[in-house]
Amino acid sequence: MRAIILPALRATLVMWLLCGIAYPLAVTGLGQWLLPRQANGSLVKAADGTILGSQLIGQEWSGPQWFHGRPSATIAADTRDSAKTIDAPYNAAASGGSNLGPTSRALAQRLRTDRRAAEAEQPELVGRNLPADMLTASGSGLDPDISPAYAALQMPRVAAARGVPADRIAALIAKNTIGRALGIFGEPRVSVLRLNLDLRGLNEPSRTIDH
Amino acid sequence: MTMQGWLQIALVLLIVFLLSIPVGRYLAAIVMDRKTWLDPVLDRVDNGIYRLIGRDSTSRPMNWKAYTVHMLATNLCMAVLIYLILVFQDYLPLNPLKLPGMEPIQAFNTAISFITNTDWQSYGGETTLSNFSQMAAITFPMFTSATTGFVVAMAFIRAFTVRDGGANLGNFYRDFIRFTTRVLLPLSFVLALFLIWQGTPQTLDATVLTHPIQGGQQSISIGPVASFETIKHLGTNGGGFFNANAAHPFENPTPLSNWLLMSLMALLPSALVVCFGEMIGNRRQGWVLYGVMAAMLLLILPVTIIAEQAGTPTLAQAGIEMAATGDQPGGNMEGKEVRFGIAGSGLFGVITTSFTTGSVNSMHDSFTPMGAVPEFIGMMLQNVFGGKGVGFLAALVYGLIAVFIAGLMVGRTPEFLGKTIQRPEIIMVSLALLIHPLVILAPSSWSMIAPYGVSSLGNAAMHGYSEVLYAFASSAANNGSAFAGLDANTHWYNLALGLVILVGRYPPIIFMMAVAGSIAAKPTLATTVGTLKTDSLKFGAFWLGTILVVGALTFFPALVLGPIAEAFAMVHGYTY
Repeated sequence: MRAIILPALRATLVMWLLCGIAYPLAVTGLGQWLLPRQANGSLVKAADGTILGSQLIGQEWSGPQWFHGRPSATIAADTRDSAKTIDAPYNAAASGGSNLGPTSRALAQRLRTDRRAAEAEQPELVGRNLPADMLTASGSGLDPDISPAYAALQMPRVAAARGVPADRIAALIAKNTIGRALGIFGEPRVSVLRLNLDLRGLNEPSRTIDH
Repeated sequence: MTMQGWLQIALVLLIVFLLSIPVGRYLAAIVMDRKTWLDPVLDRVDNGIYRLIGRDSTSRPMNWKAYTVHMLATNLCMAVLIYLILVFQDYLPLNPLKLPGMEPIQAFNTAISFITNTDWQSYGGETTLSNFSQMAAITFPMFTSATTGFVVAMAFIRAFTVRDGGANLGNFYRDFIRFTTRVLLPLSFVLALFLIWQGTPQTLDATVLTHPIQGGQQSISIGPVASFETIKHLGTNGGGFFNANAAHPFENPTPLSNWLLMSLMALLPSALVVCFGEMIGNRRQGWVLYGVMAAMLLLILPVTIIAEQAGTPTLAQAGIEMAATGDQPGGNMEGKEVRFGIAGSGLFGVITTSFTTGSVNSMHDSFTPMGAVPEFIGMMLQNVFGGKGVGFLAALVYGLIAVFIAGLMVGRTPEFLGKTIQRPEIIMVSLALLIHPLVILAPSSWSMIAPYGVSSLGNAAMHGYSEVLYAFASSAANNGSAFAGLDANTHWYNLALGLVILVGRYPPIIFMMAVAGSIAAKPTLATTVGTLKTDSLKFGAFWLGTILVVGALTFFPALVLGPIAEAFAMVHGYTY
């Protein structure tokens, strides 16, 4: 018995130190040294150093003057009753999707409600087919991107709310569109946070340039 | 699906195929003690480790019993260590969020899940585990469980090549260490840097507090993710650092990282088949098996892609575009990420279940019914390449049965690689085969009549049954992915799934090691004109047929009750 347990125990400890401790710490050391921006979460900072978010993590946006991301199905514990959960879109401390199946009545209901809300905000959408990412919740609940089609759809609304010509917004969308990797992997996408950060500087400098 | 989508899929598979050949030969060199270019450095590392474990233990020859016993003892010690870390993580370092220790029954489930390469998770990573636990209790077994599956398969193959009657199928510790230091560690280390470059974090911090410009705060979970992510996929493990697994933008930030993770999942199980051909000195035989596995993969993969792109009536009624166009992905995007689209999500879903990894980059629970069927098939057959080592053994189970049936049909003694396959082997092989359906179908049926089983369902009607069936198939196949709408963190599911994982993993391995012992003891017969050739295209087709007929007969009724019935209900516009 000892002849079996002793080497097994020693192998466990050696492998634990090698694979469970040394390996992740070595990757951490090297990653922090070589690629500190990515290793710390690709954070986006304001001029004064305030962390505005992560380039890779979606945020909740509201109001016609901003581009909106996809629906997010993330939840959080209810602060009044810890046994319950409440909707908390883009909760980056508890990722997850809706997990609603293809024959789910709750999903059909949610799609109808969201479609009506989108039409109320932009009446020209009535009767039109919408991009697939516009009404569907992402798997992570933190999708930072939208499709170029969804961005183009929001462009007139954002332009009107900000009182700037649509082609200037379109230029910003084009600037923040990322194509397929090597022309073949993945899908083209628009980073919502970066696009909205660019919108921020649009109004004031534009006046000085235009006149 | 656009042409670009299919091209992307073809390219991913082609690269894996091309890589599996040199990697398979490298694996064979390691197992057969041939020289490799890393030897000058790694021999020293290995010798140091041998000294720590004990020179005698790491050098003496082991027969099938000794090999199996040392494997089981090591796995047991590791499982206990993992359990203790999880339960007592509040007393351990790197826990700034002051997360409590894991509840004992959930920790039992988790320890078993990770030591067996399953990585089923009834917890959400970022809300449950400290960074210390993520490294020392989760990243750690991702190496050792993959290695365990691999070395067992190697010992099994040696049974066909040894000439000493089976007294030496190798030394478990030596195999274990060599595979870790020469394959898993270096690859994981280098590719972790690639992932960091793509945007995967690697830090000991647990959260970052951000201040979005629209006001409020967003607390972002973070941690040593890159080191976790590479071995998770390379070792066909699959557990997520975060609850959303590889759908989370930190785990899988770009289409390039998505390509890498898919390739890592598929690399070693396919290379292992090439390694098999090298070890037995018959590359043709290796390619026949490779062909059988690849044929199944190519058969089921398009079903998922086409079904996900076609979408659902519910989505169509909401006026959602179903066709992919140049500027939006189209199809069923519920639970999928824009950067991956339909092709990158569907391919990932089929690879993760075929190679039984269990990592997900989209929520399988939200897949269309027919889109999910190939995922079920991957886990139920277990050998559409299958997980590290174990998928190979499952293929051999079917192979030996095919040899036996073919031998009976043509009236010849069943032989495989020069060894006769007789009653004792077939009994053991049949037991190994039957455990799998038993531990999937029996407990999933029980869960559907027990109130404590039904109360966890996240979706209604057929889809609810699919959630339960998926959970048990995933556990028995040591996959770990989920129809995650099922609330699996209950005493029933933590215990039942934990036991299914155990029974789905170790008894089949033990039976197959016993087969190895029995085969190794037999003399190797010379090939004559009377020998039934197993390295021919014809036998490959027969092998494939055996898998499909036996597998289909076993699992088809369950699939009809779940996803297939739901597909019919769906096209007729029913919702539940």
